[in-house]
Amino acid sequence: MASFKPTQIPDLPKLGEKITEDTLYWKNYKAPVQIKEFGAVSNIDFSPVSPHNFAVTAFTRIHIYGPFSQEPVKTFTRFKDTAYCGRFRSDGQLLVAGCEDSVVRLYDVGGKAALRMYKGHTKAVHVADFTTGRYQILTASDDYTCRLWDIPNAVELTAYQEHTDYVRCGVTSKLNRDLFITGSYDHTLRVFDSRTEKSVMTMDHGQPVESLLLYPSEGLLVSAGGRYVKVWDLLKGGQPLVSLKNHHKTVTCLALNSSGQRLLSASLDRHVKVYNTTNYKVVHNFDYAAAILSLGLAPDDESIVVGMTNSILSIKHRKNLEEPKETSKPRRRPSYRVFMKGKNFVPKQDDYFVSKPARQHLAKYDKQLKRFNVSKALDTALEAWLRRKKPEVTVAVIKELDRRGTLKNALAGRDEEQLSRLLCFVIGNFFDTRFTPVLATTAEIVLDIYQCVIGQSAVIDRHLIHLQKLLEKEIYYQKDLMEILGMLDTMFAFSLLRKETAVAGLPECHTAAANVEIFKIVFEQSTCLYT
Amino acid sequence: MVEYGDIRVVYRGGSKINFRKPVISNDSRFLLCASGESVKVFSSVTEECVHELRGHTGQVTGVLLRPSNHLQVYSCSTDGTVRLWDFTDGILVRTYVVGYPVYSIYASLNHKEVVFIVTPVCVFVFAELFQLVAVNLPQTPDQLVEARDLSAVLSDVSSNPSTIAFGRGGEYLASVNNLKMEIYFFKKNKSYSFSLREYTKNGGKNTFTCIACHPKDDCVATGHDDGKIRLWRNFKQKKEYTYSTLHWHHSAVSSLCFTPEGTNLLSGGVESVLVQWRYNQENQKDFLPRLGAAITHVTVSPDGALFSTSHSDNKITIIQSCVKVSAVIQGLVKGENVTTGLLVDPRSKALVLNGRPGHLQFYSLQRDKLLFHLDIVQQEYIHEAGLEQFEVVRAAFDASGLWLATVEERKQKSAELELNLKLWSFDEQTQSFVLNTTVSAPHEARITAMCFSQAADSQTTTLVSASRDGHFKAWQLGLPAHTDGTQEWPSWSCDFVGAYHGLVPRCCCFSADGSLLAVGFQEVVTVWNPTSWELLTTLSQPPGDVRNLCFGQLSCSKYLLGSNNKKMVCCWNLLTCSLEWSTSMDVSLLLVDSRSENMAAFCCQDGSTDLFVFKPSEPRPLFSQKAVCSGRVIHAVFTPREVMLESSEESSQWLNRSQLYFLTEFMDLLTFSTKAEEEKLMASSKQLVIDDTVAMTPFYLLLGKHRHEHLGNEESAERTPLPQSSVAIKELLQTPAHVLPATSFLCSMFAKSLLISVTETSFMNSLSVLSAVAVKL
Repeated sequence: MASFKPTQIPDLPKLGEKITEDTLYWKNYKAPVQIKEFGAVSNIDFSPVSPHNFAVTAFTRIHIYGPFSQEPVKTFTRFKDTAYCGRFRSDGQLLVAGCEDSVVRLYDVGGKAALRMYKGHTKAVHVADFTTGRYQILTASDDYTCRLWDIPNAVELTAYQEHTDYVRCGVTSKLNRDLFITGSYDHTLRVFDSRTEKSVMTMDHGQPVESLLLYPSEGLLVSAGGRYVKVWDLLKGGQPLVSLKNHHKTVTCLALNSSGQRLLSASLDRHVKVYNTTNYKVVHNFDYAAAILSLGLAPDDESIVVGMTNSILSIKHRKNLEEPKETSKPRRRPSYRVFMKGKNFVPKQDDYFVSKPARQHLAKYDKQLKRFNVSKALDTALEAWLRRKKPEVTVAVIKELDRRGTLKNALAGRDEEQLSRLLCFVIGNFFDTRFTPVLATTAEIVLDIYQCVIGQSAVIDRHLIHLQKLLEKEIYYQKDLMEILGMLDTMFAFSLLRKETAVAGLPECHTAAANVEIFKIVFEQSTCLYT
Repeated sequence: MVEYGDIRVVYRGGSKINFRKPVISNDSRFLLCASGESVKVFSSVTEECVHELRGHTGQVTGVLLRPSNHLQVYSCSTDGTVRLWDFTDGILVRTYVVGYPVYSIYASLNHKEVVFIVTPVCVFVFAELFQLVAVNLPQTPDQLVEARDLSAVLSDVSSNPSTIAFGRGGEYLASVNNLKMEIYFFKKNKSYSFSLREYTKNGGKNTFTCIACHPKDDCVATGHDDGKIRLWRNFKQKKEYTYSTLHWHHSAVSSLCFTPEGTNLLSGGVESVLVQWRYNQENQKDFLPRLGAAITHVTVSPDGALFSTSHSDNKITIIQSCVKVSAVIQGLVKGENVTTGLLVDPRSKALVLNGRPGHLQFYSLQRDKLLFHLDIVQQEYIHEAGLEQFEVVRAAFDASGLWLATVEERKQKSAELELNLKLWSFDEQTQSFVLNTTVSAPHEARITAMCFSQAADSQTTTLVSASRDGHFKAWQLGLPAHTDGTQEWPSWSCDFVGAYHGLVPRCCCFSADGSLLAVGFQEVVTVWNPTSWELLTTLSQPPGDVRNLCFGQLSCSKYLLGSNNKKMVCCWNLLTCSLEWSTSMDVSLLLVDSRSENMAAFCCQDGSTDLFVFKPSEPRPLFSQKAVCSGRVIHAVFTPREVMLESSEESSQWLNRSQLYFLTEFMDLLTFSTKAEEEKLMASSKQLVIDDTVAMTPFYLLLGKHRHEHLGNEESAERTPLPQSSVAIKELLQTPAHVLPATSFLCSMFAKSLLISVTETSFMNSLSVLSAVAVKL
């Protein structure tokens, strides 16, 4: 006599991304706070001193927000034209900003009017930063020059005219007061030492450089331009280390998390990607609503601030780890004696040990299935906690009933309340791909059985109409997806055909690359549609 | 059987043991059942086969304890003989020649030396009419007796043995057939018949299926097609009979049986539940559920201590007093179709095929014993006719026997196909297979073929499955994942999906070293590189879809052979990618021996099958045999031999390293055996007979030498008769215990009887032996 084999609960893997420590870490943010700015948010800079306010440069204004405020703490509005690159000094007291009108302005964080104005550039200044020496300012402009200014005297100290196109990004070394690096649209990165006349190192990025980032150790430099993010080893004389191509539009800004273990890059393709800095693999991905222009990460990763072209500033705050959990008092368990009764008996030497047959423990629904009580088994499986916490168990029981050929019997003869509970479950889990096949049969049988009584109960009717709407929506999605698949198939077929016929290597490569491009766009659209 | 030189086809193992009701001996120690052309005697405790009573030349159709001597048993067969055996020693006592095929046998205590047999009415076997005939068995001491004294008792009976039963110690005889029950009283020499309507008011089918008579009471129980049991009483009159109905079974009752005291009625059916009804308190019943498969026969031992149930999966279960299964005798399970084909487990060298529903069975060919069942589906099997449940349809072993892949399938009428691919790893600790990965819905349509990469030394094994959805998929074991803290077992995942112009792949095959994969897409054979998954070349020989593919082995490994459904066998040379040779042959099965270069091809022609054994490199076949068996051969396999044969004859050399087993349309498992092998077998059995009285103890080794010397000296030295046959002992053993005198009285008598009268010479012999021993010591 074989023992009863309990219902198998399949351990179906959830589709989608795998849960890693990184996803857990980067998912642990609250829903974003969204603030409407006056124009595209071009720069975000965090104050290095507590309470870590951040300056948001958007259109002709610079707003300073507190760490948790939704309203700006302070506003600088005295710009004639679009402001660029509002940055704090290392002590958090001063703020410098470039402007479309080629004037660089220096502000006291507490004041309103500009303390100093630095005039000398002939075109818009997109880069302005303090050097580590605290008394000099680095600026770089669309007139292809970068200059160093003395803060108190507002005098230009040096001007470098090596770039041959707009200079749109620059970074000063935190360890050496004389060192700074600029990136330009002429595809080059140049390392300057203010003690020398010329640049000390030049690297070719290959695309117009949009953003630069120095590692805290300053041995590595990260540059972003075009769709590429490149890492350079400065200690090896600017040798390229890695080239990352994970975005499909221009990468606009870079950030490093507080531990220096993860690199973040934001792009016009609306994604922020998080890389592991040891193997440069993407470990996480954030989606945003519009093309991203600026990105800021608060110290200790307390918040992620993203500025977009549609002039929305999105702030995500980290969830508090020690949230007070409202746990009920643990239920009092039976005492120690109850469990230890008879367990501590030590057999004597001559005792003959009679083993008690182990009783097979069955779940409640299994016990009912064993007795062929199919309706009761389904009722048990549809109990509130089971269907909410473990829908896979409920679905497994339904599947088992279907396998036994008794699903129809189990579903029949239900009153309004039971039926609405069942329909709720079906509607709630219908589009979980793990459960769809089973629930589709269930819904079909339910409709078959109860079609003669449709219209007698308002609750059931409402559920059915809801189900119908959901189905229509799903069919619409599926149709779109099929269309996209069709498009992809034609494209792939085209590229394959070319590959087989083409003799020369180069042109076909281009077409293949182009196809991949188109594929990515289409894929983007499809994911957009689906979510 | 067909003879060819010194090679002949022989039946191998796995005959049905559930064909007829088994018989339990009076002391409940033995269970006898008809099995093919012999009667097998099993020990009811250890489940071992103690004796095999061979002698019949046709299928044994019934076994019956001799009512007058409980140590003897009758067996009847379709060869027209009834044989009497002493089953404790396995000796044929007497053969009665009836002359007609016998389909079942009955006897009762009331009728001394008469057995009742069921034979066809006319001599033609194909006639559907049967009659019950009483046979007087003549009491002569001869071995072979003609028993021609026949007298018909009932005509128009069923050939099914469970439709006839003796009632009340042989006072009357009841028989059912279709819708009619007939009860024949021997004293009155009169029979009454009762018939039922075909359908009841509720639409239940009334056809009789089986019958049992109460041993003490005038009561007959009948089972019906709709699951009802009727208890008939007062049937001595034609008019005033009554019956009551018991209904628990939901489908046909296949067997009924009263316990010897008549207190309980046992019934069984498709549900595989043994139901025990209390006689006269029929609302009280006990159940023994989940016996594994549909019950075909229920029997009770004469003392009522043991029940035994035969099941449709070729199994006999022995049950102690309706509560505990004490032993299971399992034969080779042969379902309607063996979808997995025949496989050989590389580790245990056992034959692996479909067993019980949802199981794989491992069958040891050497010991002709079922080793174990591996539960593949792991779901409760619902015993209900017409219910589609998961079935194992494909299985494959890798070269080392470390991995087993199985495919299970469930096809519903309305819904889509459900497929599961499961991968099992061999666990050294438990010595069995443990589930590693389950892939639900690995393909969108039925899987047509599945094979493992056969390279034994490679680190990563690859599994390839081909399906009707036009794809083949390669599955590979992932690397062990070391996530922090918890080490997960590596699992299998899909590595590559291949297709060729939307054609349907029918077969796939790896080369011996695992460097090439051949997949047959209808009429095109594609050859792939399993490491890079590149399509290397395509071979085709239209028209005709490729049915079988196999790579040559060892020195012939440059050849790829394929057979198609347009009666062609092609051999391609893989070095030149060209056709080496092709021949017109309707090959239904092509297989390769992994131990040698040989290949075997089964060709179906005019309702029988021919076998060709050949090397791909040689034009002439090594061995060919016309009409190996009737009907098609559906599966075949080469199994490696444990000990190599040293046959020098050319025609039998191909059997030196491995054996060829094949399964015919009619589910017969056959093999080839050589003359040398049979002689060896005979010799070993003779050896056994000589040596069975003397144990091989050190003392024997010392003493035996001397005895042999003496044997050489004196031809007339005879073995002293064993004292079992002495009169005193027989008296002692056969007298019931309560009439025996005191033991002290018996003791001296018993001791005397054990004394053997010693002749002078033998006394001298023993003296000399003893003195020799003393000298040696």
